[in-house]
Amino acid sequence: MPTAASHLFKQRVPAALADRDLKAAMDKAQDGFIGKREQAVSQYPGFEALRELGREIKDHTLAHLDFYLDRYERQVQRNGGHVHWARNSNEARTIILDLCKRANARNVTKGKSMVSEEIGLNGALEESGIAVHETDLGEYIIQLAGETPSHIIAPALHKTKAQVSDLFHAKHQRYGFHQRLTEAPALVNEARQVLRRRYLDAEVGITGANFLIAENGSNMIVTNEGNGDLTRTMAKVHIVTAGIEKLVPTLEDATVLLRLLTRSATGQEFSAYTTLSNGPRREEDPDGPDEYHVVLVDNVRTEMLGNEFRSMLRCIRCGACMNHCPVYGAVGGHVYGWVYPGPMGSVLTPLNVGLEEAGDLPNACTLNGRCQSVCPVNIPLPDLLRRLRRRQHETGLDSRYSRAALRLWTALAARPALYRRAMQWGAVAMKRLAGRRGRLRRFPLAGGWTRSRDMPAPAGSTFQTLYTLYKEGRRR
Amino acid sequence: MSDHAKPPRVGLFVTCLVDLFRPNIGFASIKLLEQAGCEVDVPAQQTCCGQPAFNSGDYDATRRIAKQVIEVFEKYDYAVGPSGSCMATMRAHYRDLFEDDPPWLERVDRFGERVYELLSFLTDVMGVARVDAGFAATATYHDSCSGLRELGVKQQPRRLLESVSGFRLQEMDDSEVCCGFGGTFCVKYPEISARMVTDKIAAIEASGADTLIGGDLGCLMNMGGRLSRLGKPVKVYHTAEILADMAGGPAIGEVDAE
Amino acid sequence: MTSAREDILDRVRTALGRDRISSDTRTKLDRRLSDPPSYERPGLGEDRVHLFATRLTAVRGGFRKTDSGHVMESIADCLDRHGLERAIIAAPALEHLSWPADWNVSFGASRGDDRVSVTPCFAAVAETGSVVLLSGPDSPTSLNFLPEYHIVLVRAEQLLDHVEDVWEKLRSTGAPARTVNFITGPSKTADIEQTIQYGAHGPRSLDVVYISTLQECL
Ligand code: SF4
Repeated sequence: MPTAASHLFKQRVPAALADRDLKAAMDKAQDGFIGKREQAVSQYPGFEALRELGREIKDHTLAHLDFYLDRYERQVQRNGGHVHWARNSNEARTIILDLCKRANARNVTKGKSMVSEEIGLNGALEESGIAVHETDLGEYIIQLAGETPSHIIAPALHKTKAQVSDLFHAKHQRYGFHQRLTEAPALVNEARQVLRRRYLDAEVGITGANFLIAENGSNMIVTNEGNGDLTRTMAKVHIVTAGIEKLVPTLEDATVLLRLLTRSATGQEFSAYTTLSNGPRREEDPDGPDEYHVVLVDNVRTEMLGNEFRSMLRCIRCGACMNHCPVYGAVGGHVYGWVYPGPMGSVLTPLNVGLEEAGDLPNACTLNGRCQSVCPVNIPLPDLLRRLRRRQHETGLDSRYSRAALRLWTALAARPALYRRAMQWGAVAMKRLAGRRGRLRRFPLAGGWTRSRDMPAPAGSTFQTLYTLYKEGRRR
Repeated sequence: MSDHAKPPRVGLFVTCLVDLFRPNIGFASIKLLEQAGCEVDVPAQQTCCGQPAFNSGDYDATRRIAKQVIEVFEKYDYAVGPSGSCMATMRAHYRDLFEDDPPWLERVDRFGERVYELLSFLTDVMGVARVDAGFAATATYHDSCSGLRELGVKQQPRRLLESVSGFRLQEMDDSEVCCGFGGTFCVKYPEISARMVTDKIAAIEASGADTLIGGDLGCLMNMGGRLSRLGKPVKVYHTAEILADMAGGPAIGEVDAE
Repeated sequence: MTSAREDILDRVRTALGRDRISSDTRTKLDRRLSDPPSYERPGLGEDRVHLFATRLTAVRGGFRKTDSGHVMESIADCLDRHGLERAIIAAPALEHLSWPADWNVSFGASRGDDRVSVTPCFAAVAETGSVVLLSGPDSPTSLNFLPEYHIVLVRAEQLLDHVEDVWEKLRSTGAPARTVNFITGPSKTADIEQTIQYGAHGPRSLDVVYISTLQECL
């Protein structure tokens, strides 16, 4: 598992907010994603009903996950493939490393796979002297830059074109590309040429999975670039890494989720390439891999299945929640400090790396609910974040300061008479503090507020006080 | 509502922010409810809906407060308040607290059905279609998150605002995007909150409106506080104040002339 | 030590608060697999061919309608549009076509340096504007991805309404092919500033030659 830097969240926020390139990139990306999704959804009558159906399909599958996993495995074996089971990241890495070694792999190509990020695969392969080549353009860019993804479907979202141009110019010289390119088509084309050789050289190709289909053992992946297909087709060994929650019963079920996925993710009706892999090369096939392996990863998934976070396992990794999250839009993906950013990451990260490490993530949210409203499988993300806060509170992991403030407030709220007097006192005191300006530019206990905002001053009497007078007046 | 029916008895939930900062919104609410034919009472035993505790993960404290709220308000036909977020806490979230307590859960559900945010109550339950008020302004409307997404408050205030004479609604971009208030969020993560409210102010300004309207005082204080810090002349009012023809005094955060 | 497999399945059952699935439930689930649910499909409204062409061209795919007597002219048309020579690698399944003698046509899998491929398809989908290709000795997958220009021949009877119709047709073919590719337009990426660029890794262009039946031509 890659080490988390989520405890640095607060510390890293100011720099992220001050980064102008990041702001430009985030604004542009969010506007684009939001607009495209909205258009695609408005063109699909009954999208709400489809979301509900998607939720049902996922819930049904999760409730019978043992059955579907077992069936899926048998079907993969029937198709000539192998299924491996990994309880945790460590086991997953070991399995994949062994498969690579058995294939005498020196070069591995990879399609985009968030699970492989989750298990820290690249580092493990590289340590064993195996060169890893990310082939999704976004993943390739951040690999070149030595960074981690900042978005689950657009890993290099935080990079501007100028930054990519600098990066390619610096890193592609050794392949004989000496000219600095500045326009996107030329940059894409250069990456295409560099990566083309990789597909043909690689002994092993690793991809993720969008859906694992129990009915026939298919692995479905959805891409636009075609890199996933070249990765799968050209290497001698194809390894699929997938979380166990990727299961769906049938192709029909996958189709419902597919219609939700592409629209929610990029506003597409269908992506350029939707592919079913059903095992290794058949006897007469002129191409395709000799071996086909699926590594099913648990990590904390079975734990989530058994607790109040089960609904999070419905996630189909579309990215809509982060595209619509104003906090993610302000700070970008990196400050979240682990593999998954944004609202879904704020739920998954603490469950994977612990609340001690990632305690800020569930709190750095206004609970505005826009994420849930666009989630294709209606995951109650704000509610899950609140439940993480509850865990934090119940295990004493929230800050002492906020605990004390809260205790004071709730004690007051439980005593109406005292509460009324305290509020009236507050109304008078604050009005005095504000003086004739009518607003406070500084206020004890609320430095965070008044650093960037004034605090409107109270009228000087509470509603309750005035209402008592008003009622007396009415009676007379 | 038919004429001969007994007027519904409404318990007004004032909210702590209105109580402390802007009593005018409370009186505007009473006026609107009475105009709509309700009998309004404001129980003195009310305090807070429990939201700060709930959103901080203190379910036990919230449960105590929730019980208190229910005991005070369940005797009315309806509990109504001028805030999407407080009313959503009561209507949509109280039940989360009693998952393991069936008798209370039933009571919570019976109560929850009768909890309403003010504007949606006026239109959806009382059938109010227009108000008798005047306010000369080009105003833009911010959809506060809880009201919008948890209670479906969107068109109701707009429809009523349309009937205010002299009033012109000028929608801003991203009216549904959070203003960065978020209760304790704005104090815990002030820089992020500041960025969000700054973006919001930019949208308000770009709309060309001279007035900002909304249905939640917390958000209005957040945006109003930022507007005033930046020295922007945009005036801020709660929807109820406009609709009740009670927006004659200083705007939220504005100096009282007297 | 129990195997990871048994361990994970056990954990799943514990999480779900139950034992192994009962035989009753198993029967139900088996039935759900062998007789998949038929969910509501999106309404298509228009003429299918028109819809297919609209969806395909909306994602920058090329569409040409022809009849079985003029397939080569249409392919030549595609080549001309892109300014390409008559050098083609085609799927073995198309060997029987009457390729002009002066074209340089080879058959088989792609090695990576071919410019143009021509392939048949298994089906096409009006709902999405996709063509569906199955891997096999007659139709190597590499032809779909390595060449820069991909031309796909679709016969009228292969055009289906919905994605689900493809699944039904697939099931009726028996043992599944190694790969099923839905291809919807040329390869593209938006990874640089979220602006779409074509020809990321796969073909820069995708042209569909739709071969209508005699009746449709009349
Ligand atoms: S939580 Fe929902 S919106 Fe977010 S990535 Fe997962 S499926 Fe998409």
